[in-house]
Amino acid sequence: MGRFTRAAGCYLVLLTALAALFAASLAVGSTSIGIADVASLLVAGPSESTASQIIWQIRLPRALLATILGGALSLSGFLLQTFFANPIADPFVLGISSGARCTVALVMIVLLGANQIMTPWMSVGAAMAGSLATMALVLMIARRVKHQSTLIIAGVMVGYICSAITNFLIAFADDQSIANLQSWTQGSFSGSAWPDVALSATLVAMVSVLVFALSKPLGAYQLGEGYASSVGVDVRRLRLAIVAASSLLAACVTAFAGPVSFVGIAAPHLAKRGVGSSRPLVVTPACLLTGAVFCCGCDLIARTLFSPVELSVSAVTAVFGAPIVIMLLLKRRVRS
Amino acid sequence: MKASAPVLSVSQLAAGHSERPLLSDISFSVQPGHMVTLIGPNGAGKTTLLRTIAGQLAPLAGTVQILGRDIRTMSEAEQARVRAALFTRLPHTELLTCYDVVSSGRYPYTGRLGTLGARDKEIVRETMEATDVWRLRARDFAHMSDGQRQRALIARALCQEPALLLLDEPTSYLDIRSQIAMLELLRRLARERGLAVLASLHDIALALRASDWIVSVRDGSIMRQGAPCEVFTSDAMAALYNIDGTSFSPAFGTIELARTPGAPAALVLAGGNNAADTFRSLQRAGVPFAVVAPHATDIDTALAQSLAQTVIALDSYEHVDDACARAEALLKQCGTLICLDQATMLGARAADRLTAKARAVGMPCLSSARELLI
Repeated sequence: MGRFTRAAGCYLVLLTALAALFAASLAVGSTSIGIADVASLLVAGPSESTASQIIWQIRLPRALLATILGGALSLSGFLLQTFFANPIADPFVLGISSGARCTVALVMIVLLGANQIMTPWMSVGAAMAGSLATMALVLMIARRVKHQSTLIIAGVMVGYICSAITNFLIAFADDQSIANLQSWTQGSFSGSAWPDVALSATLVAMVSVLVFALSKPLGAYQLGEGYASSVGVDVRRLRLAIVAASSLLAACVTAFAGPVSFVGIAAPHLAKRGVGSSRPLVVTPACLLTGAVFCCGCDLIARTLFSPVELSVSAVTAVFGAPIVIMLLLKRRVRS
Repeated sequence: MKASAPVLSVSQLAAGHSERPLLSDISFSVQPGHMVTLIGPNGAGKTTLLRTIAGQLAPLAGTVQILGRDIRTMSEAEQARVRAALFTRLPHTELLTCYDVVSSGRYPYTGRLGTLGARDKEIVRETMEATDVWRLRARDFAHMSDGQRQRALIARALCQEPALLLLDEPTSYLDIRSQIAMLELLRRLARERGLAVLASLHDIALALRASDWIVSVRDGSIMRQGAPCEVFTSDAMAALYNIDGTSFSPAFGTIELARTPGAPAALVLAGGNNAADTFRSLQRAGVPFAVVAPHATDIDTALAQSLAQTVIALDSYEHVDDACARAEALLKQCGTLICLDQATMLGARAADRLTAKARAVGMPCLSSARELLI
């Protein structure tokens, strides 16, 4: 069938783009390292030389984290869009990222006040608590609103409230904490460390496998809740799985990179266009790849455009992502 | 059709969204190859009943049996293989082809990831051809017309290879041609595959024509059930929909707008081709009228029963003269005569007498409603 060739072609293009951007992320920076050198440094393994340190301790974990979390963000957006049957839902717009950031900031300030170091597990745990709490709030609102755009507005408002609380916390925190929080609250992949990479890779891989395994019921759910239950889908369990999976993905991203805007809307949209279908079976891998490419590319731009000044990655994703959201809004208006 | 075990049998069912039943004491059954239609006013509980049979709501009391098995003892997957349901809301899809949507009906049969096997593909193709959507297979579902989408959704339901098909208002959103095509399709599927169909319809004219059995539901219980001719009577329709006892015309199977109240202001001598138009023109203009018709059993008389204040059928009297005498008495009250037809024997006699009478007292004697309404 032509469409499977198309999906395969799309995956191939995305993989090539990802490989190219990944290589560029390792090679380009304040110290340029040639591609051949990068390759040999990677093969040689970590060593004491400066170039090796740059690759192994700074650029490689950062590029990996951007790739993994980009995919996570995109998949989380796709799940939320399926859940709410709304193409402009994503963890950032619905305030889930901001909720997660709020709890992480809280835990961070409390712990730093006690002169303790925050482990990756703690950040993810705190972010998960925050994203689940915000998700619960958004779901409560969603049950009462009939109109889909009202849901988005409600989500944005929830996001503002959480950001306001975070800002309060920062205002009352001491100087050392603020220095830690500042870059992270903007959304950035800088300061990525190997333990972060290991934990996020494990979690994202697990959730991705789960989502892929749920392709069949998700596909039925896309055609309506009533229909899904009539063909034998346990809709309550599926909804629970979607909420848990999307919250965990969003929490992962927020814990390690802060809130990253619009990737969750733009990347799944591009993925669906790319494979020419919205069937979860083909879209799930495409979503992961598109998100990875999107974030890897945006992080490269954030890092290098005004080097040595580094932009927040959210600023770059917004520049590319927001127009896609506006386009989707306009398209919906025309249809309804 | 020979008697066989029912596909669906509902007995003593109580159903509702909460503990308090919206419906109670519902019992009926659907035979293979039959189409049973639920009719009744909005809010009567038709959709709730369908949802309960579809397994989306748990019965509060009583049982729903499909092919002799209580649905509570069947797993969801087992139920999905014997029963397919189609509710009013058309799904909003994005980048899904008609084929994608139809083939999703194979859900209860496909494996872990839902990929289609050779037999699945064969069945999808066969049902799509039967419902005439195979040629639309590559079209984006979101860009198809409502009628085409509704047909594709029926194809999807058939992919489940059900013995029972539940449909909630399958003709809503459809234009008249598509409504007819939809019901013809359902009849054909019932006939050729022995499919048992349970549908709710608002359009009683269509229900009357397409169904083998009618169940009329009002205020949460079954008001009457039976063959269409037993349920579609003026009295039963009046009670079901709270309308005037003569608004429903069993001859046409449709409901007329309510007759204008008051003493008749015109006497129409009917017959010929344009009587129906005359009646309706007067009714729309709010003019109460009486009718003198040549035959008690003709189509004008049937319509007059719904729209006119008084109907005198000339051949229902022993002598035409008796009828004419009554008509003359009525004419005095009316003040205007509209004489449409003089062709038939009975009509000609009455027409002569009534026009003579009208002229004698200087009453206007018109040949159409238009002259009166100007």
